[in-house]
Amino acid sequence: MLLEISDLRVRVEEKEILKGLSLSVNPGEVHAIMGPNGSGKSTLARILCGHPGYEATGGTATYDGKDLLDMDPEERAREGVFMAFQYPVEIPGVNNSYFLKAALNAVRKHRGLQELDAVEFLQVIREKAKLLEMDQSMLHRAVNEGFSGGEKKRNEIFQMAVLEPKLAILDETDSGLDIDALRIVAAGVNALRSPDRAIIVVTHYQRLLDYIVPDFVHVLSGGRIVKSGGKELALELEDKGYGWVDAVAGARA
Amino acid sequence: MPQVAERHETYAADFEAFRETPAFGPEWLGTARSSAFARFIAGGFPTTRDEEWKFTNVAAIAATPFRRIGAAEGFSRADLEPFLFTDASRLLAVVINGRFSARLSSLDSLPAGVTISGMAEAMTDQPPLEGPSLKSAHPFVLLNTAFCEGGVFVHIEPKAVVTEPIHVLFISAPGADPGLVAPRLFVVAGEQSQSSIVENYAGVGDAPVLTTAVTEFLLGPGAMMDHVKVQRETAEAFHMASTFVHLHRASTFTSQAITFGGRIARNDITATLAGDGAECTLNGLYVADGETLVDTHTTIDHAMPHCPSHEVYKGILAGRAKAVFNGKIIVRPDAQKTDAKQTNKALLLSDEASINTKPQLEIFADDVKCTHGAAIGQLDADQLFYLRARGIGLQDARNMLIHAFASDVLNGIKHDAVRERLEQVLVEKLHLPV
Repeated sequence: MLLEISDLRVRVEEKEILKGLSLSVNPGEVHAIMGPNGSGKSTLARILCGHPGYEATGGTATYDGKDLLDMDPEERAREGVFMAFQYPVEIPGVNNSYFLKAALNAVRKHRGLQELDAVEFLQVIREKAKLLEMDQSMLHRAVNEGFSGGEKKRNEIFQMAVLEPKLAILDETDSGLDIDALRIVAAGVNALRSPDRAIIVVTHYQRLLDYIVPDFVHVLSGGRIVKSGGKELALELEDKGYGWVDAVAGARA
Repeated sequence: MPQVAERHETYAADFEAFRETPAFGPEWLGTARSSAFARFIAGGFPTTRDEEWKFTNVAAIAATPFRRIGAAEGFSRADLEPFLFTDASRLLAVVINGRFSARLSSLDSLPAGVTISGMAEAMTDQPPLEGPSLKSAHPFVLLNTAFCEGGVFVHIEPKAVVTEPIHVLFISAPGADPGLVAPRLFVVAGEQSQSSIVENYAGVGDAPVLTTAVTEFLLGPGAMMDHVKVQRETAEAFHMASTFVHLHRASTFTSQAITFGGRIARNDITATLAGDGAECTLNGLYVADGETLVDTHTTIDHAMPHCPSHEVYKGILAGRAKAVFNGKIIVRPDAQKTDAKQTNKALLLSDEASINTKPQLEIFADDVKCTHGAAIGQLDADQLFYLRARGIGLQDARNMLIHAFASDVLNGIKHDAVRERLEQVLVEKLHLPV
């Protein structure tokens, strides 16, 4: 088991958003988390990567045998947890490739690998940039500064490709992408699928799942997973709408 | 108040002793000194009741008996090393305690069109060099005029193009007792010349020192001057500097002023755009911690039409440091088509650091563009989290963001050796891991 979430409760600004969520993720699996606005999808993504505004008030999240919730955000990243941000932050004045080299070397150092020098690093990013069809000039700009929405999302997956996480969480990576950008981003993610890497795809729409086909689909409503199934659940959801899930959840409650 | 009388008695005694020395200079200079000293005595040190000194209390200066000090002969070239810039110190003029040192300077291979001499020699010239500083009523300028024993005079001939920076290094080195240092830098850039000056203040020793630095730039028509000021005096230093820039038609003055040192560091910068199409950029970065106070007062005087001016000041404040920024822009009735932009931003790294910032626009023309903005804040929590979420530790992430904040001013420094050294000093100053 790579990630074991059990009865997790999370509060944001005095409001409980996750109300006892449980989820198990094995290496090699792709899980999709779907749900209507306000169901707690992004809260789940953010609590897992250690966002300071989110507080776990109950339950556990065990990652690779360790208490995930007890780690600083940088420790989680070094241990192999990666979140592709829903809204990647612009950081004027910090060069994209300088930032990425610092990140990669922090991760490598933690894993007992030798830090890369400038030449070795350049080789790595050239190769990964090709994967995401990234324009090299993006590497020399400030982190996300002046990037279009699509470029920002592509940059997130590019970072994921460079950092090679064990657990990747994509927080609404499809939002704001046109179909071409979506294809490129999905191809990048698919290239990173591997037997020892798990991916959690958080999305509002089924569309992304046409390109990144999940092994499991979970429907989140009211801070809990109310329904789990295979990839066909996403299609059913698309067909019937979230009202159907709420009705199912309501019937059970 | 008896202390006040005593304090002025110390200066008066030193002034009388100075009068008897050859360094007091020729008659015109003696007259200027006496007049300046009389005005200083009459006005005394400023207090917080003076509008221009409202947030900068100089009581600590007034309470300290600063004495005229000697030239500190013991310096060797090796002592200067920490303050040099590897590739940008080949043309070097050194001033120790306000006196030009030919021995420590490297001026043997000056490029064509450049004359650099000690100010003491330049001041004996006829007719006297009369810059705007002689009309100033600023108390520390008056004190400088009274006690100045030298400094550096730089002359760039018309049409001379000097790509290598001219590095002028001022060292304040008081002995055991509080010392008064009164250096001057006078730069005349001839018509259509192009040159670059690094004006660098450093300090050694533990005693308090009052450095009353006065700098003047006279730019001829079409002259281009690239200026970097670095201030790294000791934590016991009072750096009270006044810079006057006079721009003739179509001349360009670009300045990055980097302040790291001093217990109180005050910079008064006055740029007068006195000809059509002159352009002025005054940028600055100040970094302060502990109990330091950094005060920047700039005045950009648009006297003539079609002049752009740009101003970006950035402050990084830690500990209980305080900063003051006052950016005055005057647009006179003739100065139509003025385009003036001013930005002041401060990054507060502690709860106890503070800044008072004030734009001051005085506009008397109607067809002009003037913008100003001020922003004060802490490190951006979202940016910090983003960096950490990629595995970068908290200290390194902070370091990166502070560096980024400073970068648009530091990147304005054209000489790599100077910029890279200052980036290093920034990191050391904030005790950040490299």
